[in-house]
Amino acid sequence: MRKVNNIILETSLKVLLFIIALYSVYIFTAGHYYPGGGFIGGLMTSGALVLLLITYDIETVAKILPVNYRFLTATGLLIAIATSAGAILFNVPFLTHVFTDVQLPVLGELSLHTATLFDLGVYLVVIGVTMTIIQTIGGDE
Amino acid sequence: MTNLIVLPILIPLLTGAILIFFGKNKLVQRVLATLSALAGIIVSFIIVQKVRTDGVQSLNISSWDAPFGITLVSDMLSALLVFTTSIIAFACLLYSFKSIGENRENHYYYSVFNFLLVGVNGAFTTGDIFNMFVFFEVMLMSSYVLLVLGGTKIQLRETIKYLLVNIISSALFVISVAYLYSVVGTLNMAHISTRINEISINGMPGILTVIAVLFLIVFGLKGAIFPLYFWLPGSYYAPPAAVLALFGALLTKVGVYAITRTYTLFFYHDGFVFQLLAILALLSVIVGVIGAIAYWDIKYIVIYNIIVAVGVILYGVSVMNPAGLTGSVYYLIHDMIIKAALFLIVGIVIAITGTSNLRKISGLITRYPGLGWTLFLAALSLAGIPPLSGFLGKLLIVQGGVEGESYIGAGLVLLSSLLVLFSVMKIFINGFWGKAQTYEGEEKTPVKWLLISPAILVVLSAIYGIGSESFLPYINMAAETLMDPSTYIEAVLKE
Repeated sequence: MRKVNNIILETSLKVLLFIIALYSVYIFTAGHYYPGGGFIGGLMTSGALVLLLITYDIETVAKILPVNYRFLTATGLLIAIATSAGAILFNVPFLTHVFTDVQLPVLGELSLHTATLFDLGVYLVVIGVTMTIIQTIGGDE
Repeated sequence: MTNLIVLPILIPLLTGAILIFFGKNKLVQRVLATLSALAGIIVSFIIVQKVRTDGVQSLNISSWDAPFGITLVSDMLSALLVFTTSIIAFACLLYSFKSIGENRENHYYYSVFNFLLVGVNGAFTTGDIFNMFVFFEVMLMSSYVLLVLGGTKIQLRETIKYLLVNIISSALFVISVAYLYSVVGTLNMAHISTRINEISINGMPGILTVIAVLFLIVFGLKGAIFPLYFWLPGSYYAPPAAVLALFGALLTKVGVYAITRTYTLFFYHDGFVFQLLAILALLSVIVGVIGAIAYWDIKYIVIYNIIVAVGVILYGVSVMNPAGLTGSVYYLIHDMIIKAALFLIVGIVIAITGTSNLRKISGLITRYPGLGWTLFLAALSLAGIPPLSGFLGKLLIVQGGVEGESYIGAGLVLLSSLLVLFSVMKIFINGFWGKAQTYEGEEKTPVKWLLISPAILVVLSAIYGIGSESFLPYINMAAETLMDPSTYIEAVLKE
């Protein structure tokens, strides 16, 4: 349903989208040691998706990324709840986190922390909520 | 099991999240919501028994020791309130099945319902003042959605008012917590209490009195006490009966609980704020009964009775002696149950007659005797007629008032009972006696099913009143913790 020929925006999108998406993943993973984390990472990922929405229309984006953002929110919530409630199985207080150092073949020594899983939940909820809001306001039924 | 007291928060949270996936599947939603409500009742009952045998339960979330992490604390008061909340939630859920309508059920009604319970149970259980703010927000956001869900004109208008008032009061809550934090340097409620105790040896510093009054304004806005109740009649007029019952029974009572908790735990040194609380509580009683007898609209009559009850309970808190506090706790639980029952009954009457104007209703008792007598019992119980549950609480509050030599207050509470009785009997006499009429909506209303929930609640309230002897040990235990914060502090800080 596009009327204007916005080739400059579409071309620059192809470069920008991946840079923004990659940077948001970096921000998300760096959250434990540097400023960042699930919230800002999720917002930035939805920023990339909004850029996609500005360039194309809602139907096209839904074709490119067939995601139900309400389910994404619920999935994020469930991941966060499961991470915190997992403590119940080990009979330690709710939300107790653990971490270990893992030797991985390519990445080398990594310190893996269950707080990252909680952060992943936050990340998904933020994307889900932001995109639901924007799509609901933007769509016309 | 270490994590017992987190379960009343966790179960509805999990249910709410899972129910998002089944947005359009009514059957799954209903079954899951019912199961979770039943699990909530069982778990909270176990917690009550646990607190009864082992004393105040505390849980340091994520294994950080007390003042540094968030602590959940279940003393008898919060355990009893969580238990009552679970029962009311179950009753409102049963009522929702046949009354809330397909349109709302398809739009995440049961999810939001469960999130509201997360907020209420969390606010009752938390031992951290900022965490309490967060649970208030969880509760309020769910209540915004429940209030506006359906999107009729009156709902949209009243939601704007409700939202504005609550956003302002939440901002005030944050400001008050910031002030308190800058004075005492901690957010853990038990730790705040010890710090305030240390600096108040020679009387309370002025800034703490200011903070206490700020807290009274914040929680008074949530709990609708005298000058801050203005938003309540309009907002509570808008939503459907099941939601209204949930709001009327739970939301204002969270504000009342928060005032009780902060005043008995933090500011018990300061006579001034208790005097202020007593005056405002009595003014709420007066304003409430004026509203209750003034209206010929059954919804408004019951809504103004909320304000009366909030005043009566807070008056009992403000006298700060064992009789008054015991009475307040007893009356608080009674009032949650009976308000839910009354709103559900009012909902049935409106569904049958299609109007809430009392002048257009008459003679319901000939066609609906069950409904009539349930309302009659609920009305007697609300006013405090002896064998029923409203009696003992009010008796103890009056006794507390007399012992505290506040005779005017005690007299006002007694007088208010009379006017409350008058206001609900007005519904009974005008709506149920007189010439029988036929109404348009009555064929479509599944009265038998809808009557189950208020009947359960009224029976429970009668049991609560008649068997008060066996409930009193629990209530006394709750009041003792309120009178003497050291048990609470020891359970949290483990000194």
